[in-house]
Amino acid sequence: MTTVQPTQPSFWNDTGRSGLAAWIFSTDHKRIGLLYFYSTFGFFLVGVLLGLLLRIELMAPGRTIMGPQTYNALFTVHGVVMIFLFIIPGFQGSFGNLVMPIQIGARDVAFPRLNLFSWWLYIMGAVIILASLFTGGGPPDTGWTFYVPFSSRTGTNVSLAVFGVFVVGFSSILTGLNFITTIHRLRAEGMTWGRLPLFVWSLYATAWVQILATPILAITLVLVMAERLLGTGLFDPGRGGDPVMYQHLFWIYSHPAVYIMILPGMGVISDVIPVFSRKPIFGYKMIAFSSIAIAAFGSLVWGHHMFTSGMSDTAILVFSFLTFIVAIPSAIKVFNWVSTLYKGSISLDAPMLFALSFILLFSIGGLSGLILGAAATDVHVHDTHFVVGHFHYVIFGGAGFAFFAAMHYWLPKFYGRRYAEKPAIVAWALMFVGFNVMYFTMQVLGMKGMPRRYYDYLPEFATLNLVATVGSWILAAGLIVMLVNLFRGLFRGEPFTGNPWGGATLEWTTATPPPTENFEEEPVVTHGPYDFRGTGIP
Amino acid sequence: MSHLKDDSGAKLGMWLFLFTELLLFGGLFLLYSAYLSRYPHDFSSAGRQLNVVFGTINTVVLLTSSLFVAMAVTAVQRGEPRRTLWLLGGTILCAAIFMAIKYVEWSTKILHGIYPNSPHLAAGPPGESVFFSLYFMTTGIHGLHVLIGATLLAWVGAKVKRGAVHSGDYILLENGALYWHLVDLIWIFIFPLYYLIL
Repeated sequence: MTTVQPTQPSFWNDTGRSGLAAWIFSTDHKRIGLLYFYSTFGFFLVGVLLGLLLRIELMAPGRTIMGPQTYNALFTVHGVVMIFLFIIPGFQGSFGNLVMPIQIGARDVAFPRLNLFSWWLYIMGAVIILASLFTGGGPPDTGWTFYVPFSSRTGTNVSLAVFGVFVVGFSSILTGLNFITTIHRLRAEGMTWGRLPLFVWSLYATAWVQILATPILAITLVLVMAERLLGTGLFDPGRGGDPVMYQHLFWIYSHPAVYIMILPGMGVISDVIPVFSRKPIFGYKMIAFSSIAIAAFGSLVWGHHMFTSGMSDTAILVFSFLTFIVAIPSAIKVFNWVSTLYKGSISLDAPMLFALSFILLFSIGGLSGLILGAAATDVHVHDTHFVVGHFHYVIFGGAGFAFFAAMHYWLPKFYGRRYAEKPAIVAWALMFVGFNVMYFTMQVLGMKGMPRRYYDYLPEFATLNLVATVGSWILAAGLIVMLVNLFRGLFRGEPFTGNPWGGATLEWTTATPPPTENFEEEPVVTHGPYDFRGTGIP
Repeated sequence: MSHLKDDSGAKLGMWLFLFTELLLFGGLFLLYSAYLSRYPHDFSSAGRQLNVVFGTINTVVLLTSSLFVAMAVTAVQRGEPRRTLWLLGGTILCAAIFMAIKYVEWSTKILHGIYPNSPHLAAGPPGESVFFSLYFMTTGIHGLHVLIGATLLAWVGAKVKRGAVHSGDYILLENGALYWHLVDLIWIFIFPLYYLIL
């Protein structure tokens, strides 16, 4: 396989509209991908800032820098921004859009205009959510879960925030159905299901979760709005309703949503590890299958969020059992990644370091998830900082680090310039250390009994809270190094051409940066995505 | 590649979208079943206050509209734009009749003090209040879908008139008709659940 010399202009030099309009009205999946990348990543930084403020407040018992109401609003907005505006739309929207059509040898997604519309909906939802912070009764203070009865009674601006999430959810559904149709209809000749890159498989599974689960969130949010605006009373025990029904409906979406967040990350790791081990992936079929299995079983475990909310013992037993089943496909992936590394020729470039730390952090998060999934232990740690630590291990240590791996692995491909290697490794090391100092301490705090979402705490928790806060500063320092290095590199760094890492998926066969049409001529696929013979690197 | 028109892809996308619509109503049906098992007697007494005649007429109206839109697809395939337009007009007329009957039904209920958060319902048994809240939410969101579907078909009709949708390229009309069948299908679930079985 040789890299084609570009004869067409790259997608950056596409003629037509100019200035901002060339981006926000473009239907090119690469431009939409970058729009998503910058908008979602921007919200990630906002979320980080809010998180840092929360940690500073918790640094010492009592009031440190803010009052209790501000604290409630901050953790709510931190959650809403990180979940609904960054990690759910982020992976599919940015790297899904940038890479997936090229990886399957297509010119674009199946519905390019719908794709642009999805981004617009996302932005509209984001604006509505932001507006909810500054209008009405002020930022919502319910936590990102919008639990009734508090969410139907609080005077803060819950209705508008919930409507914003509804709009973002619509965008998510449209992206999901667009991707499923694209993967079914637009694969290049020879791109059989058995030759799909594992990133594409993970996006495919994710897209199914998006279209199967998001409508339930939509109707739940509509019902919360109706509860507030019309007084329907469907979740109000005083009028025959039941708040636990809200929790069921909310988690029917929001547990599968966790897999919307993590599955694309697993796909990135499955693509990165073989490339930097110079070995075909071990157990391709099982990794692909386990993505589908996670999506399927993950839809049946929502009840494990409600062990203490009032469910029958039978229901608790069944949900606990199903929760343990999800661990199996997740473990299949971890074992296959590790087997791929075995006797590989490993090169520790930045994307690989992020991928390796993903395996460790995700495993810690996954295993602590089993402690929460077992009903007996869950009663002890429910609603403590253990849950906060567990969740961040999976979503930040897992999905977040995979997102950073994807940034280092793919962004140079689209910019034609690269970051410097050494600062990237320093940034990774800082973030890895800071991450563990912060979230492992949180898990210990939770085990000792510190509740989540509490503004104040007993003096005995003071030392560990201080340690966690210092960890958040180390993490933030690493993040700053990474951002400066990465973006300086993308705009002014050394040229990045050809296939320096020796990837065997289709995006490495086209020009860097890719032309608007992605390929000079429609590719014909003759080998699997991890067949490294012929990439020129032994 | 993607510049070629892909009708099967467009239809696949539409089916997936319809799937999400079914799930949206699925959440309401889930609440219905949970509360039905909790308040079987209240649901039964509340359900009998609904007017079966209105419900039946509306069911017939919607089924007829679905027939019209299916015939419109056949007509456009045969290259008969005038007939297509008449049939689409018939569908939209049925939608209007449906909404008019719904309006009468709703306003009668509201006139009798039956609406979400009404003092009348608050004084009655809790199951009835839940039933009517669910009834107004479900039929309200369904009515919204009727309006959206009728607007969609009117827009496709304008394209038929301009010749943009014709016997060689009618995927828009096919997808519009699919959407209309969904509106019909959901009513086919609402009608027995709220009007008949209680």
